[in-house]
Amino acid sequence: MYFSKLNSLLIIFVSVIAVLYALPNAVTKFNFNEISTYLPGKKVNLGLDLKGGSYILLQAEMKTSEIEFIDNTANSIRNDLRKEKIRYKGLNSNNGKITFRIRKKELLDRTKNLLEKYQVNFDISYIEDRFILDFSENGRKYLYASTLKKALEIVRRRIDESGTKEPLIQSQGLDRILVQLPGVDDPDRIKRLLGKTAKLSFRFTHPRIETNELTNSSPVPPGYILMNSENDKDVYYLIQKRVMISGEELIDANPGFDQDGNPAVMFALSTLGGKKFGRITGKNIGKPFAIVLDNKVISAPVIQGQIFSNGQITGNFSVQESRDLALVLRAGALPVPLTILEERSVGPGLGKDSIEAGKFASIIAIVVVMIFMLVYYGIYGLFANVSLIMNMIFLISVLTIIQATLTLPGIAGIVLTIGMAVDANVLIFERIREENLLRKNILESIDQGFKRAVSTIVDANLTTFIAAFALFIFGSGPIKGFSVTLMIGLITSMFTAIIITKYQIITYAKRQTRNI
Amino acid sequence: MFRFNIISQNLNIEFLKFKFFALLFSLILIIITFSSLFFNGLNLGIDFKGGILVEFRSIENKVVNISDFRKDAKSLDLGEVSVQEFGKNTDVLLRVQKQEGGNKEQVEALNKLKNFFKDEYTIRRTEFVGPVVGEELKEAGITAVLLSLFLILIYIWFRFEWQFSIAAIFALSHDVLTTIGLFSLLNLEFNLAIVAALLTTAGYSINDTVVVFDRVRENLRRYKSQQNIVIYNRSINETLSRTVITSLTTLLALFVIYFFGGAVLKDFALAMIWGVVIGTYSSIFIAVSSLTFFKIYKGSEDKEKSKSVLEHEL
Repeated sequence: MYFSKLNSLLIIFVSVIAVLYALPNAVTKFNFNEISTYLPGKKVNLGLDLKGGSYILLQAEMKTSEIEFIDNTANSIRNDLRKEKIRYKGLNSNNGKITFRIRKKELLDRTKNLLEKYQVNFDISYIEDRFILDFSENGRKYLYASTLKKALEIVRRRIDESGTKEPLIQSQGLDRILVQLPGVDDPDRIKRLLGKTAKLSFRFTHPRIETNELTNSSPVPPGYILMNSENDKDVYYLIQKRVMISGEELIDANPGFDQDGNPAVMFALSTLGGKKFGRITGKNIGKPFAIVLDNKVISAPVIQGQIFSNGQITGNFSVQESRDLALVLRAGALPVPLTILEERSVGPGLGKDSIEAGKFASIIAIVVVMIFMLVYYGIYGLFANVSLIMNMIFLISVLTIIQATLTLPGIAGIVLTIGMAVDANVLIFERIREENLLRKNILESIDQGFKRAVSTIVDANLTTFIAAFALFIFGSGPIKGFSVTLMIGLITSMFTAIIITKYQIITYAKRQTRNI
Repeated sequence: MFRFNIISQNLNIEFLKFKFFALLFSLILIIITFSSLFFNGLNLGIDFKGGILVEFRSIENKVVNISDFRKDAKSLDLGEVSVQEFGKNTDVLLRVQKQEGGNKEQVEALNKLKNFFKDEYTIRRTEFVGPVVGEELKEAGITAVLLSLFLILIYIWFRFEWQFSIAAIFALSHDVLTTIGLFSLLNLEFNLAIVAALLTTAGYSINDTVVVFDRVRENLRRYKSQQNIVIYNRSINETLSRTVITSLTTLLALFVIYFFGGAVLKDFALAMIWGVVIGTYSSIFIAVSSLTFFKIYKGSEDKEKSKSVLEHEL
């Protein structure tokens, strides 16, 4: 019933802290950190829908890396068998499985020993003289994790190099990457940068068949692939399967111009790669040498002379394209292609409008509710209004302290809290009124009213909290922001009603009774 | 001590006299909901269906001719498009259905749209949800609603008796269903924000119900000689002024969001306004009415003992 000196001091202390943390959100003129570094200077963290920006959810196409991994394993088994002089037949990989037979049954144990090292990633069985290596759940998990980690690294490098400020890049689940780009309202460039796997290779074209004779139905001789041109859908090349130099040998790439003044990409190879490049170009002067990016031919210039470490890639680039190509080559190739699953972008104009509308709605709501309470409950309404304002301050300070993200639905949550926050006060007042009909002593009525109302308040708010919590668990992005403000609002409104309102009423009632 | 007393403390309306009318009314609402869902379906937003949404604003704030805009959008051959004015007559909201094919086709369609309109319009917002994510969001939304109903059921069961928790869930499901029905009937877009509104409605409605139930429980212990039905009515009347005042202040805040919160929040606020009204109604007429169909014991006849329990509980 009575508040001790200590309790009163504690309430005042907590309130002052809350005001200090909430203040930087209201005062934009100067930074409180300039007065003293001990003062809090942080503001509420605004969501992308309020400050503008892009949210992009990417899917890493793991199947590609799975097939690649299994093919590589099949090759390595082939090499092992050859080295051990074990003759085999029908070794192939299909549907996540590698199968083969051995010719001599006597070599069974030796083969089994040899396969032991693949047990980490494969379930190995021997059925009817056939070895079956089945890609295991563990192997898949490990491969996905390491591929995603690599992809994340490359995505980060590409976005950093594009000059985007404060990007948030994180993995989600087994095969997804979430990219959040505050302040970027047109994510097209980023999407283009991430849309390229950027696997680069230099290969020879077919020595006799001319490019202009080719269509998409031309016969393909063994050892060759028919590839589209990057610039022209109707142009095809016959490209050797064998890669002469791969992008992994590249150590640097920069945009520049060729001798005719057209945009080009200058690249530098590693020492080893440079030597190899020199040998190949030296021997093949006069032949076209195709530059292949993600299975498309950028160009196939004729080798003019021997080139070592430093070369250039020419094509039909614009300046921007040459810049972007240099960037993705420099950042490295993605281990798997990425596709966009979900994208949400908000321009800065809309974000600003939303904040304005939200601020306006909050103020109007507070004023309307306060007038209502004042008219209906008189001096007690004033107490409820002080609690309401304190509630807002607590809510904003908690949002600031935990650096929760405030979204547009989150603002709706705040306005809703304004409406619902008075509920606890109303419950208390109504209960006090009832109790006062039974007793004449006002202090006793207040005491009983509070005691009985509190159990109702806790029950009622906890059930609402459950619904908000379900939203928090299953909601995404802005909806999560809504549930966070709602949950915090429920807690702060319980706190303010039970503590702050009580404090005011008791102080007032004591003074009243003393005066009588 | 209080200045006003709009709802008198001595009020004694026999709410439960109207229980069959109320149940009939709710039954009609539910029938309308299901027939509307059956015939109209639910206008699922791109969050759940997958697709593209772009908000445009005309450059130099020219008034947009919506039908011309629609014609232009249709000429791009992207399948079903919906065009509507959004908040202001310079703003347009364009929705394009999920494109045939995979994620790549969706992104291409988005680029096509941007390039086509970029000379005359600025893009305020773009949203693209791929088919996979749409399916996942749908699942998450349904799970969230069902899970919260289940958790509330458990909580009420734990704090009250099982009869109360059945009655509460009955009322809650009624609120959630009719809100969905409203959106189906008015053909408003049902998206993630509306799921949030549904859950908040559920939270608000259960809040109301719990307050009344709390009083029912207390009065059941206090007035042992009275009939249950009298106690129910008394409890509703005693909590009525609180119910009305809280609903009023919440509605005030919601109307403010509806009129001043911007176009994005309009449907959300509408769902909540309906939710608060129906939630208040259902707490009284559905939740408490449902209680009358159960036999609820008042506990031990030993007055001293029950009194001490009462003291302890409070």
